[in-house]
Amino acid sequence: MEVVKIENVTRIYKIGAIETQALRGVNLTIANGEFTALVGPSGSGKTTLLQMIGCLDQPSSGRVFVDGKDVTSLNRNQRADMRKGHIGFIFQFFALIPTLTAYENIEMPLLLNGHGANQRRERVMELLKAVDLVDRANNRPDQMSGGQQQRVAIARALATNPTLILADEPTANLDTANGEGVMEIMAQLNKETGVTFVFATHDPRVIKYARRVVTLRDGLIVSE
Amino acid sequence: MIQTFKMAFRDLNRNRRRTFFSALAVGVGLALLMLMASVINGEMGGAIEQAINLQSGHIQVRAATYDENRNSLKWEDLVENPDQVASQIGALPPVQAATPRLFASGFLATGNDSAGVRIYGIDPASAANNPYRNGMLSGQFLTPDDSAGLLIGQPAAVRLHLKVGDDVSLSINTANGSVDEQTFTIRGIFSTGTYGFDNGTVLMPLAKAQAITQTQNHASTIFVLLKNTADTGSVMTALNLSGNLKALTFTDMNPLVVEWEAMAKSYIALFYIIILAISASVIINTLIMSVYERTREIGILSAIGMRSGRIMSLFLAESSLLAVGGVVLGWILGTAGIALFNINGFYVGNMGINGILISNTIYAKPVMADMTNLSIATFIVTLLAGLYPAIMASRMEPIAALRAEK
Ligand SMILES: Nc1ncnc2c1ncn2[C@@H]1O[C@H](COP(=O)(O)OP(=O)(O)OP(=O)(O)O)[C@@H](O)[C@H]1O
Ligand SMILES: [Mg+2]
Repeated sequence: MEVVKIENVTRIYKIGAIETQALRGVNLTIANGEFTALVGPSGSGKTTLLQMIGCLDQPSSGRVFVDGKDVTSLNRNQRADMRKGHIGFIFQFFALIPTLTAYENIEMPLLLNGHGANQRRERVMELLKAVDLVDRANNRPDQMSGGQQQRVAIARALATNPTLILADEPTANLDTANGEGVMEIMAQLNKETGVTFVFATHDPRVIKYARRVVTLRDGLIVSE
Repeated sequence: MIQTFKMAFRDLNRNRRRTFFSALAVGVGLALLMLMASVINGEMGGAIEQAINLQSGHIQVRAATYDENRNSLKWEDLVENPDQVASQIGALPPVQAATPRLFASGFLATGNDSAGVRIYGIDPASAANNPYRNGMLSGQFLTPDDSAGLLIGQPAAVRLHLKVGDDVSLSINTANGSVDEQTFTIRGIFSTGTYGFDNGTVLMPLAKAQAITQTQNHASTIFVLLKNTADTGSVMTALNLSGNLKALTFTDMNPLVVEWEAMAKSYIALFYIIILAISASVIINTLIMSVYERTREIGILSAIGMRSGRIMSLFLAESSLLAVGGVVLGWILGTAGIALFNINGFYVGNMGINGILISNTIYAKPVMADMTNLSIATFIVTLLAGLYPAIMASRMEPIAALRAEK
């Protein structure tokens, strides 16, 4: 079963008179359970492609399917609902809500999905255990290291059991040990739960974890 | 819902100083509104009350041809058998007191000084004259059969260097158009606390006033005081007057005060709008700043699937918390301000507005309904002010928000 299908997707950014072709006609299929790295030089379109898959942005032309659903023509709230139910995100800058504790950050997507209090508590504790942060449950992001923050972000991305997790340079702001630790956890979760991971990265030490590597150059897929 | 308010509260708490000053701006605005409303209320209520108690009463019954500006003493311009008319009116249940009065103009002279005066012939026994009785500064109040005594208001007494027991010469107009002059003794000096009334008013017993002006058994007016101002209309219809008499209400007799009140009300409304606009702009500013600072955070919430409506409600929750804080601060500052104001009141002295009696000192009189309405208005305006920043936040595109670097 394919989780993601991308057909002839282009994305043109216009700033004033200047047009940038970030994607020039990408075709890509990602199957359930994949652990796939998008690589390529800076500016090649990795982040843009992740945003298409993640329903954060819409293509200039072409079609995007997630979980078999055409997400190309969804409105704002429908895209939000799609993200809420199917997709987890992990970003380079950890992207936690600074006023919420680790526990509450992980709880947030469960709240948005309308889970009950007991169910939330159980799930958050389970996830805190999985990323080995039970003792940091009540810390706010500024009271945690980068590696710890990124593990909270992973737990949050997993909270609602999405089919797909998109990670944009998840290790770029971590030292080698922490970067390896985070990749280790992602690889393990992928194995245990079968959740699909797609991550954009420059980091060769990370690429070795990937079971499939897709290379982008100038907005086109150049090799697999 | 609870989560939304929890997040909103923490966001406000994150920028405690800014939050405090924003709420303070709303609070100071509300406090000013409350103080303003109470002072105006004290002044307005005071002015009408003074006018009723000291000068016009709620209702006056006069001869149809009487012209108060000319103080006519011709018999055909006066109320005949005033005691009988007064006791008839006094029998109506809502009436507190009905008493005849005779007005005349005259001229007061001491050895060196002189001054024009208004002479009030009053029935010293009537409760309607309590404001004068209670204002006695020195000497004794009048007795009904005193035929050589009068009371004089404090400002004139000071100007003419008069004290209790002094003799003065009073020239007074009479019914047949001539002037009579007699020597009177100052029995007492009064002050009602209202310069406009006290200055130049001389009180003497009605019987003596009638005798000296040769208006036997006539009065200029029947002065009627009600237990309740609201009954004025019903008493007016209940009055069963003979054809040559007319009745006037306090609004007929105090057109300036009534007009002034209407004018003041529109001024206050303008003042309210200005203050509320200032509070609103402070809140809009704070929240817009907060939206820009949290661009990334909004992007994250949106990325993990928060709908725009919910993002909007997050910011609306913040402005409603600010509004609550502002209203609480407003009540604290407002009541403190009113209490401070009322320690001494605001001394205006003789404001010099002709035709309007204003107490020499104004006090703030807070009215619960006003305070509540102003609080509700402040709350709503603050919420509305939060609407634009909230909409702005909810319209942010998640990618634009996420690209905003840390
Ligand atoms: N919002 C935008 N407005 C204009 N141009 C953009 C925008 N976002 C991306 N671009 C441009 O699109 C191209 C692809 O950008 P993208 O961020 O996808 O590259 P990337 O492969 O993720 O690069 P990096 O490895 O540096 O993160 C770049 O040339 C970039 O300048
Ligand atoms: Mg990128």
